[in-house]
Amino acid sequence: MAKSLRDRRSPLASVGLHATLLVAAVVAVFPPLWLLVTSFKPKNDAFSTELVTHFTFANYRHVVADTQFLTWFGNSLLVVGVTTLVGVFVAATTGYAVSRFRFPGMRPLMWLLLITQMFPVAVLIVPLYNLMASLGLLNQPAGLIVTYLTIAVPFCAWMMKGFFDTIPVEIDEAGRVDGLNPFGTFWRLVLPLARPGLAVTGFYTFVTAWAEVAYASAFMTGEENLTLAGGLQTFVNQYVNDWGSMTAAAVIIAVPAGLVFAFAQRHLVAGLTSGTTKG
Amino acid sequence: MPRTRRKEAAAAPPGRVRRALGTHWYAWTMVAPVVLVIGVIIGYPLVRGLYLSLTDANEANVERNIGMNHIPATYEFTGLHNYTEILGGDVFWGRLGWTVVWTVACVGVTFAIGLALANLLNRTLRGRTFYRLALILPWAIPAFVSVFTWRLLYNEKNGLLNKLLAGGGIDAVPWLNDPTWAKLSVIAVNVWLGVPFMLVALLGGLQSIPGELYEAAEMDGANAWQRFRNITLPGLRGVSSTVILLSTIWTFNMFPVIYLLTRGGPGDATEILVTYAYRLSFVDSPRDFSGSAAWGVLILLLLSLIAVVYRRSLRKQGEVW
Repeated sequence: MAKSLRDRRSPLASVGLHATLLVAAVVAVFPPLWLLVTSFKPKNDAFSTELVTHFTFANYRHVVADTQFLTWFGNSLLVVGVTTLVGVFVAATTGYAVSRFRFPGMRPLMWLLLITQMFPVAVLIVPLYNLMASLGLLNQPAGLIVTYLTIAVPFCAWMMKGFFDTIPVEIDEAGRVDGLNPFGTFWRLVLPLARPGLAVTGFYTFVTAWAEVAYASAFMTGEENLTLAGGLQTFVNQYVNDWGSMTAAAVIIAVPAGLVFAFAQRHLVAGLTSGTTKG
Repeated sequence: MPRTRRKEAAAAPPGRVRRALGTHWYAWTMVAPVVLVIGVIIGYPLVRGLYLSLTDANEANVERNIGMNHIPATYEFTGLHNYTEILGGDVFWGRLGWTVVWTVACVGVTFAIGLALANLLNRTLRGRTFYRLALILPWAIPAFVSVFTWRLLYNEKNGLLNKLLAGGGIDAVPWLNDPTWAKLSVIAVNVWLGVPFMLVALLGGLQSIPGELYEAAEMDGANAWQRFRNITLPGLRGVSSTVILLSTIWTFNMFPVIYLLTRGGPGDATEILVTYAYRLSFVDSPRDFSGSAAWGVLILLLLSLIAVVYRRSLRKQGEVW
C-alpha cells in the first residue's frame, strides 16, 4: 500500500510522535504496574520507592489464608456471573425486539432505557434499601443481582439494538419462510450472528457489576456477606492501613476483569461504534 | 401466527386488544422482562422516594424491628419543606457549583486528551498495537481497584508521588488533604479512568472517515491544521456528541471515585451531589432519609435537563425514534 502524504513525516516529527505516545502509555500503565510491584513487597516496604528488593508472596498468602477474601471473591463471582448471564440474554431479546418490530410502546420503552441510565444512585438507594429489607433480600446475592440488572441492561439493550440493526433483515425473512417463528429465528439464526455483540454486552455487564461500589456497600454488611468492592475497603480505612493486603487483593481482583477485557477488546471498537455511537 | 388463533379472530368480532395482542405479542414477550425489572426496581423506589422527600422520615421514625418488637412508622407529611430547606441553604448551591466544575473539567480534559491520542494512533506507526493496548489498560481494571492504587500513590507522608518530588527537592504536596489539591487529584484520577473510553470511541470514529477526503484536501494544498479543522472535526461530530453526553451523565453521577478517594473530604470540598445524598442516608447519623430523597429528586431533575439535550442531539443525527 502506497503511503499517503500525511503518513510521511520528518524524523523530528517521528520522535515527537513516539515520545508523546510513550509518555501517555507510561502514565496509563504505571499505576497498575506499581500496584503489582507493591504487592510482592514485604508489608513494611509497601511505601518504599525501590523495585522489589525482598520478593515475597506473603501478602497473597495472608489475604487468601487469613482473611475472608475468598468468601468475598465467591460472593462477587456468584453475583456477577448470574447478572452477566441473565443480563446478556435479557438485553439481547430487548434489543432484538426494538430492532426488528414496530410495536405500540416501543418509543416509551426506548425513552425508558435512556432515562434509567441517568438515574442517580441517590434517588433510588433509600427506597430500594427499604424494599430489599422488606423482601428479606438484604445481604442476599439475589438483591444485588436484580439491582445490577437495572444498571447494565438498559445500556446493553441499546448496544444490542445497534448490532441487530447491522444484521440483514433478509436472514429473518429466510427463517420465517422455513417455518421458524420469531423466537426460533432469533434464537437459531440471528443470535449466533450477533456473537460479537453478545461478547461486548457480556463484557460491559461483567465489568459494571464487578466494579460496582455504592449498592454493594449499602446492601451487603457483615464480613461474610461482602463482595469484593466492600471487602477491599476493609483493608484500608480510617482504622486500618494494611496496604500489603490491599495491593495483593487488588491484583487478584483485577486479573479476572483484565482477562474478560482482553477477550472482548477486539470487538469493543466495533461494538461501541455500531451501538452507542451510531450516528 | 398459529392457525387456531386466526380462526378465532375471524369468528369473534376482532377486539382491538386482541388484534394488538395477536400482532405484537412476540415483541411484548421479548421486552417484558426488562419492563418488569425496571418497573419493580426503579419505578417503585422512584415513587416511594418522591413520597419520602415530602416527609420528615429519618432513622428514628421509620418503620423498624428491634428484636421482636415491631415499631410502626411515625414520620409525617411535610409538603415541600425539605425542598425549601435545601434550596434556601448554601450547601446545595456549593455542591452544585463544584459538581458542575467537576463534570465540565473531567469531560473537557478527558475529551481533549482522548482526541489527541486518537489522532496520534490513527497513523501508520511502528508499535501501534502496543501503544493502543497500553493506553486502554486503565479500562480493563475495575475502577475501585484503580482508585485504591491512586490512594497508595497519593499518600502524603509516604506515597510515591511525594517521594519523587522530594527527590527533586520539592516539598510534599497534600494531595488529598488540602481542598484545592484534593479537587485536582480527584479530577486527575477520573480523567485517567475516562481517557480509554474516549480514545476507543474516537478512534472508531476516525477510522470511519474516508481517506479520500484527506487526499483530496492535500491536493488542494490544505495543511495539517486545516485538514483537522475541516475534515476530522466534522467527521467526528456524530461520535463525539454522543460520547460527550454519555460521559457527562456518567461523570455527574460518578460515585466511586469521590467516595473511595476522599470520602468527599477534606471537609466537604470534593463532595458532589450524588455522594452528598448518599452520605445523608448511609454515612451521617442519624440517617436523614427524607433529606437524602429530596436531594435525589433534585439531582434527577438536573439530569432530566441533560436528557432533553441528549434527545435533541440524537434527533439531529437522524435517529428516528
